[in-house]
Amino acid sequence: MSSLEPMMMFIKIGIVLAGLLATVPIMLFVERRGSALMQNRLGPNRMGPFGLFQAACDVIKFIFKEDRAPGHVNKFYYTIAPWVAVIPAFMTFAVIPFAGSLTLDGTTTHFQIANLDVGVLYCFSIASLGVYGIIMAGWASNNHYSLLGSLRSSAQMISYELTLGLSLVGLMMVFQSVKLGDIVFEQGETLFTLGAIAVPKWGIFIQPVGFLLFLVSVFAETNRLPFDLPEGESELIAGYHLEYGSMRFALFMMAEFINMAVASALITTLFFGGWQLLPFFSVLVSHVQSLGLIPDPNLVEVIFQGLSFIIKVAFWMWFFVWVRWTLPRFRFDQLMNLGWKVLFPVGLLNVLVTGFLIYKGVL
Amino acid sequence: MIDYPLLAFSAFSTIAILGSLMVIFKKNPVASAFALVAVFFSFAGLYALMSAHLVAALQILVYTGAIMVLFVFVIMLLNQDRPVEDFKSSSGIFKLLSGIAVSGFVFALVKVALLARSLTPRGDMTEEKISELGGNVKAIAESLFSDHVLQFEITSFLILAAIVATIALAKRKAHSGRGHS
Repeated sequence: MSSLEPMMMFIKIGIVLAGLLATVPIMLFVERRGSALMQNRLGPNRMGPFGLFQAACDVIKFIFKEDRAPGHVNKFYYTIAPWVAVIPAFMTFAVIPFAGSLTLDGTTTHFQIANLDVGVLYCFSIASLGVYGIIMAGWASNNHYSLLGSLRSSAQMISYELTLGLSLVGLMMVFQSVKLGDIVFEQGETLFTLGAIAVPKWGIFIQPVGFLLFLVSVFAETNRLPFDLPEGESELIAGYHLEYGSMRFALFMMAEFINMAVASALITTLFFGGWQLLPFFSVLVSHVQSLGLIPDPNLVEVIFQGLSFIIKVAFWMWFFVWVRWTLPRFRFDQLMNLGWKVLFPVGLLNVLVTGFLIYKGVL
Repeated sequence: MIDYPLLAFSAFSTIAILGSLMVIFKKNPVASAFALVAVFFSFAGLYALMSAHLVAALQILVYTGAIMVLFVFVIMLLNQDRPVEDFKSSSGIFKLLSGIAVSGFVFALVKVALLARSLTPRGDMTEEKISELGGNVKAIAESLFSDHVLQFEITSFLILAAIVATIALAKRKAHSGRGHS
């Protein structure tokens, strides 16, 4: 272990934390202006160019607003609930690889905070803790609407977590691993070639059904429309965070955006090749390497891998916003029916078919 | 140099013990359930400290993430307006007897634990052997689906039977309920 290793660890953690924190104001902007775009409105456009500084103003407003809690809440749980929601959201990112490996002075650094043995299972387990923030908030608020919100949240979580896990079983069977590092690495291989186009072995090409199931359940897990029943402002006013104001409310919003970022990163990592270079990027990499502006060719590659990862994640974040302002909200019984009677059996079938195909040697 | 594993162990075990006490002493069932969540979470931390990452992940995934969510859901759904029960009115002799019984149980538990350690042999799984087999997940999966596949299948069959029985009971109640109305 060289002296470089702990330093690289701090750098990695710093990159992840800074990146996740930076997504919050960016997504705030994208969501508001994006929704306005789709609904033929303007959206907040007064602060700075294109309203870019609106998010900063909102943060300042949240921080300096009077932090008052209603008298009828359960103080302890009311206070910790936003933190219970936001901390697991950050923790989940720890196992997601965001670039390849870099060798400096003989020390190889993998750009992943922890390549745990249990990999994606860690993601699921930590993500499942986030729901306690919502349940706690709804219960501690001592308000019927909030309580209904948290009841819905727990029912929804249980139903969709099953499908979420099941949708990935096929993928794990094909890649023979649950480690995210291995899964991304294997996706660098070529599945088949169509003339000059080499189709990479990305998860979506081997497990299209698994991908659809994962995508739908991830919307339910992150409480985003069309599955934001716990919030449901038309029925429950604001559901679980009805009694929250100022920075505490902002923490819930932060948790939602960071969960979205983690979900997008997971979709990217599992089904879209993670940090593997985007198709046209390999040309760019060799071009920049030949320019010689950056001395280490390995570093150039890592930078472009990180860039590919960010572009892929950004697309899926935009997809979340896109869907939110396109689809109407489900009714709760429809949500439950979809989860248990459609997605769950399809997930089981997917595992069965994948097993059969592996047995036959197709995959 | 700070001994990080010891620090983590102290933190997790403290949370586990305090949480367990809160599970017992909290009068509100939902608060008890939340304390139990904390206990399960710190258990997972302890497992992870023992390099049993898979057990830790499953502990959180199954107990904290699924079973406790269900518990909290049921408690919140059924226990809405029930007044908090007061257990302070029990008699002095009852308190004394229960105190003796609890300390006796704890003593017996420690005794059994010590005895069991000498009776049961340690398995042949060392950390080197696990990493040689390809990590926790692979080692457990392979042993589960080769040496212990019969037990695994019987367990899943039992669970299936339990599910069928639950559905049968629930359906019968629903049916008779319709019959009355």
